[in-house]
Amino acid sequence: MARTLFEKIWADHVVRSSPGEPDLLYIDLHLVHEVTSPQAFEGLRATGRRVRRPELTLATIDHGVPTIGREHGITDPLSRQQIETLVANCREHGITLFGLEDPRQGIVHIIGPEQGITQPGMTIVCGDSHTSTHGAFGALAFGIGTSEVEHVLATQTLPQSRPKAMAVNVAGQLPPWSTAKDIILAIISHIGVSGGTGHVIEYRGDTIADLSMEGRMTICNMSIEGGARAGLIAPDDTTFSYLKGRPHAPGGDAWDAALEYWRTLPTDPQAVFDWEVSLAAGEIPPYVSWGTNPAQSAPVDGAVPAPGDFSDPSEQEHTAHALRYMQLEPHIPITDITIDRVFLGSCTNGRIEDLRAAAAILAGKKIHPDVHAMVVPGSGLVKLQAESEGLDEVFVQAGFEWRDAGCSMCLGMNPDILQPGERCASTSNRNFEGRQGRGGLTHLVSPAMAAAAAVAGRFVDVREWTD
Amino acid sequence: MDPVRRIEGTMVPLMRSHVDTDQIIPKQFLKRVERSGFGPFLFYDWAFDSEGERRPEFVLNRPEYRSAQVLVTGPNFGSGSSREHAPWALLDWGIRAVIAPSFADIFRNNSFKNGLLPIILADEEVARLAELAADPASHVVIDVEAETVTAGGETVTFALDPFVKHCLLNGLDDIAVTLESEPDISSFELARPGFKPSLA
Repeated sequence: MARTLFEKIWADHVVRSSPGEPDLLYIDLHLVHEVTSPQAFEGLRATGRRVRRPELTLATIDHGVPTIGREHGITDPLSRQQIETLVANCREHGITLFGLEDPRQGIVHIIGPEQGITQPGMTIVCGDSHTSTHGAFGALAFGIGTSEVEHVLATQTLPQSRPKAMAVNVAGQLPPWSTAKDIILAIISHIGVSGGTGHVIEYRGDTIADLSMEGRMTICNMSIEGGARAGLIAPDDTTFSYLKGRPHAPGGDAWDAALEYWRTLPTDPQAVFDWEVSLAAGEIPPYVSWGTNPAQSAPVDGAVPAPGDFSDPSEQEHTAHALRYMQLEPHIPITDITIDRVFLGSCTNGRIEDLRAAAAILAGKKIHPDVHAMVVPGSGLVKLQAESEGLDEVFVQAGFEWRDAGCSMCLGMNPDILQPGERCASTSNRNFEGRQGRGGLTHLVSPAMAAAAAVAGRFVDVREWTD
Repeated sequence: MDPVRRIEGTMVPLMRSHVDTDQIIPKQFLKRVERSGFGPFLFYDWAFDSEGERRPEFVLNRPEYRSAQVLVTGPNFGSGSSREHAPWALLDWGIRAVIAPSFADIFRNNSFKNGLLPIILADEEVARLAELAADPASHVVIDVEAETVTAGGETVTFALDPFVKHCLLNGLDDIAVTLESEPDISSFELARPGFKPSLA
């Protein structure tokens, strides 16, 4: 019977299946970070259980780490305790940890692909909702809670009910300056912030196939912002050439065996999805979010909507609430919105290609005098790569701060936060109320749009602006 | 986990859509290494003013709702981050069940693992309960075995996955349940392809 990519991966990981019960799925890779794991390790201790497969577990510290002044250590006592707890737990259980001094340290969803340990056909979990990032490689990757982290540590499996299969088809040529970030913001605006609930999305079509691995990761990363359990993309030659030669990619005969398996994974031509949605890439301009969830986004040449533009009463109320929080008047053009801060980074847009795109805009320019801007590379290795290309010089000369790797202002668990009322062009994934700091006003954009906004001091249509 | 069979108490209405986990428990409170102690920070940015004082007008701060055990709210409750701190904070506050037209997947999973009941009812039924909850004394009974919610003289049914229900009613530790399949896990591991990555 014809099957989807998702169904094939699922079937290949079922340890036990019984009617009326969730399937027991084997987990190929468990990624761990400091915020969602301490209670799980404590649970193991309380029950006398051990980590079943430490060699299938990789830990890093990212959420609470400072991105500046690391030579002074971590000054926040609670963050320090959380990080020290992870270090001790990894030592006790023999888990590999990319710690603060390790050049490979970085955001958990950046380092897996970078090390070649994220591979097609795998099941990957992490106590973080953006685990869907790894789906870019044709892996089934999803976020879990701390109880499930403990479950995977103890058993290397998870009981899961199978979600439904959804296809999002994107076809055609993307307009100049539109990026993977704009595609995913357009998709979420189309399906809604809970449109993907209960589903695993496969992103398909020639537009998706033409994207680099970095772009594919940006798309899969934000699957959760459309409510989906996971997002994935069929592995192809782009995937394989990205992986080849990376530290944990298979070598020699193992590479050939892996490749043979990986090529069997893409969705069969006759396979049926539970739900399909299609978008034309040619109609996706650069997007800017205006509200307090990622579905509340509009094309940069558009305007902020009014509550009355929506027919559903609860959507009207939600829009009114978002506009109040965002301190925006209905119907003002997006390009009239001025900004105070720019954040370039995160697991959505903190990879080398993102930094290159922003640097290309910034070369030879200065940021607006009223704007405070920073770059937080997604990992230590992204930072080193950027420095070897001279990108750090471009950013610093333009007036950006050049920081160390971590989640930083995407969620503001470390000192990198917005002050109340500060408005930020951010390449991250969530514009929830207070996400980047209490009272902070977040607008989600692509790296190129963020860089252009930094220079102009307001949102600009990067397509016209660079002409 | 303690068994969850019946929840009986009063309701508190929080009728907003898409309440995300950043609102339920903001990030600055995720630094604890324990599962407890999150209740005082529940809905922090809505519950407290910028001086750190409780806003008396926020519904959960009203004394007459302080002992409510059932939160009635809008669609897509618990969206966003996977933080299990969200159900921990609700439970720590005293909430035992959340009734909404829909929930985000990860929040719903996390809730069941902790014995917090996320109950999906139709829009009209949630609206009816929210109206009833305008009276802080209005009583609700949730029967897990029967899969019913009774309030205001009416009883409606909700759906629970049979396995989830079994775990709730018996207070099962699902890691212990999985470990009963140890032979299956071991034989699966023996058959895994050699090209799968390992950090060994």
